[in-house]
Formats: sequence, structure tokens, C-alpha cells
Amino acid sequence: MLDFLRARPRLALILVAVLLAALPFLVGAGLGKSWVRVLDFALLYVMLALGLNIVVGYAGLLDLGYVAFYALGAYLYAWLASPHFGLHLPFWAVLPLGALLAGVFGVLLGAPTLRLRGDYLAIVTLGFGEIIRIFMNNLDAPINITNGPQGMNLIDPIAFGGFALSKTHKFFGFAVSNAHLYYYLFLAFVLVVMFVALRLQDSRIGRAWAAIREDEVAASAMGINTRNVKLLAFAMGATFGGLAGGLFAAFQGFISPESFGLMESIMILCMIVLGGMGHIPGVILGAVLLTVLPEALRYVGDWQRAMLGHVAVDPADLRMLLFGCALILMMLFRPEGLWPSRQRKRELHAADEVAEHESASVYDVRG
Amino acid sequence: MALLEVDRVGKQFGGLAALDDVSLSVRQGEIYGLIGPNGAGKTTLFNCMTGLYSVSAGAVRLEGRAVHNRPPHEVVRHGFARTFQNIRLFANMSALENVMVGRHVCSRASVLGAVLRGARTRAEEAAIRQRAQELLHFVGLERKGRALAGHLAYGEQRRLEIARALATEPKLLALDEPVAGMNPSERRQMAEFFLKLRDSGVTLLLIEHDVKLVMGVCDRVAVLDYGKKIAEGAPDAVQRDPAVIAAYLGGEV
Repeated sequence: MLDFLRARPRLALILVAVLLAALPFLVGAGLGKSWVRVLDFALLYVMLALGLNIVVGYAGLLDLGYVAFYALGAYLYAWLASPHFGLHLPFWAVLPLGALLAGVFGVLLGAPTLRLRGDYLAIVTLGFGEIIRIFMNNLDAPINITNGPQGMNLIDPIAFGGFALSKTHKFFGFAVSNAHLYYYLFLAFVLVVMFVALRLQDSRIGRAWAAIREDEVAASAMGINTRNVKLLAFAMGATFGGLAGGLFAAFQGFISPESFGLMESIMILCMIVLGGMGHIPGVILGAVLLTVLPEALRYVGDWQRAMLGHVAVDPADLRMLLFGCALILMMLFRPEGLWPSRQRKRELHAADEVAEHESASVYDVRG
Repeated sequence: MALLEVDRVGKQFGGLAALDDVSLSVRQGEIYGLIGPNGAGKTTLFNCMTGLYSVSAGAVRLEGRAVHNRPPHEVVRHGFARTFQNIRLFANMSALENVMVGRHVCSRASVLGAVLRGARTRAEEAAIRQRAQELLHFVGLERKGRALAGHLAYGEQRRLEIARALATEPKLLALDEPVAGMNPSERRQMAEFFLKLRDSGVTLLLIEHDVKLVMGVCDRVAVLDYGKKIAEGAPDAVQRDPAVIAAYLGGEV
């Protein structure tokens, strides 16, 4: 079946497109409307993971504060399109501004950390993420900018003229809910982000990122301006984060600092690591899995009630436990991720390959 | 005018003078050897010339333009490429990709160009790939383009590093111990390769321990000892210099 499709890429593409278009209806009919919302979130996380993948996967800069850019995009959307300041700018103006703001902050974060690598960079970026969250938490006095821990609500939905995505619309007598509408919007954005990421990866700039990831000194000796290229990676990643943040704010209608904690950053990083760092299909798989699986685990509480009569282990705790175990197992048995690029697989199994080669030649001698 | 002019360069590491008042000049089209005992400051001088170290005193000029205390990527842009003593390839990229990275300075596609991939970007990308293939062919690695750089044999890695440096289209190529760890027949091959490189129009600056190789291929040689230049000239003259013999074999100072 797979070989059949591989030989017919156009047919495969059409099948995937039809499947993606029908997915929210299939999921909605099969599992209920709440699962369509889960799909929407999965797409948002795919966007975030693809953005962080540019920083971590391509350029090899470990960023633990990525959620800060998500927060900036979300807050900018809320400031410019909610009753908080009485501004109601249209989404096509606010989303690019949010992406731009996040991109600028990406450079602001990148500039002082250019000399840092690995663990040190991770700690500084983690601090940056917390700074943004704490600012959002406390900027309700003396001037109320962020409304503090209560967050901001009544944020405008995405609307094309009078067509707001937050309402259920009827098409040919067929009701399409807001979750479905946002699904298609997010899907379109994911496709754009994917396209940009793919094109960048396979370009002069993508090669420069890979070179910096591999050996910064050698990269600079090849004429790569490591400062600019690193800042570019931070800026590109942050831009996608800001875009996702704006979409999140419009979709939820409500944001608060709680949504932008350290755990979110770690989750997004885990999506990349679990899926396959630097490989776009892997990153997408990781993001979808890590959004959908925790939701699925909510059912474990119901099963316990049905079987034991009470909830013995809180599903939320169980989630973290299973999640931790899964990550440990992954690192032991599949450090390259679930769906790595061919190259990365070879990197991490290079030692095996050499060993195999050597033992094979030993057998040759014996034979 | 000399292609490369090192003018009274000094380099201090704290109280230690790694280089002291070193001057040399490399002429267009020659193979210039830099030899000296371990710790004489050869690699330090290389790093000062190529922007990895700042100089404490003096100047380095390439075609009359000062390149000292400039970041490495600018030095490369002026036409001065180098390889490293301990090979520094991008081990997890293919051999071809390694050379393609070297084309960075000779190409200009921006983010927008890369995303839109218009006709110009496509043409540039094709040119990068083609030039990289040619260079792989030039160093005899045309069959290894798809192999990961880290999987190549040692001698192949050395040659790949040279191909990658050549991809920046240098006027002057500095090689830091390019035949270290090679056996005599590999060394002979490399010596022939250096002559071929020179004949293709690249001026070579060579750090080497193997005195025989240096004497065989170099047009001129300078000898460093304890951070000072103690001799410079044609190989056979330098070989007979008492100061050089003393530095290598030990002797009265």
C-alpha cells in the first residue's frame, strides 16, 4: 500500500488533502466536539514546534524560554483587539504585528546570548521566558496593562468582514462549528509555516545553520557571519511563536499568564525531541502526539471509576508519570526521535554502523 | 607587492609572549612553508592571521588591506581561507554539503530568496552544487559526495577540508599540518596535490612538521622558535642555517 502511494506522489497528496479536510468532521462525529478543539490545539502546537525547531533543530541553540514569544504574540493580539484598551483592529493587521514583535524580542534575547552555548544558553533563555511571564502577571499596577493574573478576556475572534470564526455557520444547511472553522484556518497557517521551514532548511541559510550547529569555529572560518545567522534563527523561530500566540488568543478569547509557564516551553521542546529534531514530519508527529495523548489519558479516570468505583490515581499525575517514562524509554532506545531524518539517524547510530562494519569484516576473515 | 604581509606581529597570553615581532611575506603563486619545533607558535600565528585570535602588536595585511583583529568570516571574504590542525569538518553533514557550506561567501540568497526560491535563487543553488561537485572531483572525492564527512577515512577528511576551504575561492590557502598522521605514500600524494593546487593559481601557506615534505614542495620557508622567526629563505639555505639546526637538535645559545 505504502509503496503503491510512494510511486504515485500526486495521488498520495490528494489523499492526504482529502483526509485533512475531512478530519474534523470524522473526529467530531466519532469522538465528540471537544476533540475537534483538541485538533485545533494540536495544530497550534505544530506551529510552535516548527518554530522552535528552527532554533533548536536547525541552528542547535537550546532555547527553554520559547513560550515567551507565544505569550508576546497572544498579549499583543489581546491589547489590539479586545475591550481592554478599547481597540479592535482586524486580525490581518494584528497577527503580523504580533509576529513582528515576537521576532524583535527574539533578536533582543539572542543578542546578549550569542557567546553562550548548550546548558548556559538554556538557563538564560529559561530566565527570559520566566521574565516575560512574570511581567504579564504583575503589569496590572500602577497602570493596568495586562490585567495581571486574571488575564484578559473578550478578545475579538478572527473575522473576515462580518464572518466571525467564533460562531457556528450554516453552509448549504450544514452546520459548521467554530472549532471546525478554526481548524481550517490553523491548517492553512501550519502549511505556510511548514513551507517556509522546508524552504529555509534546504537553502544557503539552512546550511549555514547546520554548520553552526556542527562546529561554530569552522563555520566562521567558512565565511559565515555566526552572529547574524544565529540572530536570524532566533528571529525566525520567535516570529512563528508570535504568530501562533496571536491565533491562540483569538481562538480562546481569553489569555492569562498561566498559559505561558515553563512547562509549556518544556512541552514544545519535548515534541521536537520526541518526534525527531530537525526533521519536519517528525516534529509534526511529536506535536500531534503530545497534544492528543494527554487528552486521551483523561479517560483513564473514567475507567478507574468504572472498574474500582473510585479514582485511585489522579489522571493528571498519571499523565506526568507516563510522560516521564516515555521520554526515558525514548532516550534509551530511540534517541533520534520517532521519525528522524535519515541523516540524523545515521549520526546517532554511526557507532553501531562502524561496529557492524568491523564485526562483518572479522567474519569475512574467518569465512 | 606581497600577497600576505605579516608585519612585526606579537601575541601575548598573559605574561607569555607566544609570538614576538614576527614578520614574513608570502608572494603570489608560491608555496610558503612555516616550520618550527612544537610550541614554536606556528598555529598561534595562523590563528592571528585568520581572525581567531586578536594580535597584541603589529599588523597582518592581505593585498595591502589590514585583516588582523577582524572576525574570521571577514578574513575569509578577503580571500584568505584555512584548514585546521585537528580536522574540523561538519561531521554530520555529507561531504558535498560540507563543500556547499564553503560556497556561503560566494552566494547571497536571503531569507526571502530562500523562501520564494525564484529563478535567481534556483540558479545560484545549482551553481553552488555544481562548483561543490567540481571541487570534490578536484580533491579526488567525487564518489564520496553523499557520505557523511565523519565517516570518511582520515586522509579523505583532510582532502575534504581542503575542498571546503577552496570553495570560498581563496587567493591564499593556509593549511595547518595537512599531512599529520599520514603514511609516507599518502604524504607523497599530498605533496603532489599541493603542487597541483599551486599550479591552479592558489598561493599556499603551509605549517608542517615533516621537514622533508616542506623542503620538497616549498618555494620558501620560515622557521619559528619560541615565538620568534629565526630564519627565512630558500629551503636548502634554511636547512644549513646554524640557528635552525640548533633549534631542532638543541645546541649552545
